[in-house]
Amino acid sequence: MDTPTYTEYHPRWLRRRVSTYWWMQRGSYFAFILREVSSLSVAWFVVYLLMLVRAVTQGQASYLAFLEWSRQPLILSINIVSLGLVVFHAITWFKLAPQAMVVHFGGRRVPGSVIAGSNYGAWIVASVVVIWLLVGA
Amino acid sequence: MVVKRQLEPLLWLLFSAGGVFAALLMPSLLLLFGLAFPLGVLAPPSYEHLRAVLSHPFTLLVLFFLCTLSLFHWAHRFRYTLYDGLQIKHLNEVITVLCYGGAIIGSVAAAYLMLRLGMA
Repeated sequence: MDTPTYTEYHPRWLRRRVSTYWWMQRGSYFAFILREVSSLSVAWFVVYLLMLVRAVTQGQASYLAFLEWSRQPLILSINIVSLGLVVFHAITWFKLAPQAMVVHFGGRRVPGSVIAGSNYGAWIVASVVVIWLLVGA
Repeated sequence: MVVKRQLEPLLWLLFSAGGVFAALLMPSLLLLFGLAFPLGVLAPPSYEHLRAVLSHPFTLLVLFFLCTLSLFHWAHRFRYTLYDGLQIKHLNEVITVLCYGGAIIGSVAAAYLMLRLGMA
């Protein structure tokens, strides 16, 4: 005896297709994707930094060769674009800090502007220390 | 699936810590080594001076955390960029392995270089 096969009724999902270029439709979407893409510059700079450190472990000749290599137009242009994106990352990251960090002091919530301000302050201090260590000292 | 769900907070923590490190240190370092020194705006540090600065234990520690955490920051964010931006969801597993695998390999390289610099 044949057992009849049943097909379960299943409604069709209502899912509108989203264009692959959805992030180009609005400025805020574009800024979001730009912030996400900044992670590529972060990764590139880690590679660049490790190459510099490796050259330094190998001796003076390798360090000078690295400096020479970094003058190439291709490397220079990658670094210019990366600097723009890394700065964009830093600004947006610190701007978001008050939303991610809720600090209470003396029973009151510390205002967001204070948290963002102290983050920007730390950024300035860190940058001054880096520049002083490498150029000033 | 359960492992994945338990890992997610840790991965987010690494992402977040990497974001702070990258934001604090990368703009100035990139400005110097990527633009100011190559373009001749500022004179690059001498080999002896740079080596001395880099070999200091504190610098080694900061650089190690900067490299590893920033790589995990990249891995986490880039994974979701591919997920949301390009909507290539069918390659989810491959992308996850490549992103975090890359971050782990980079971290090992960073640890090796910092140790070499510190011991020499």
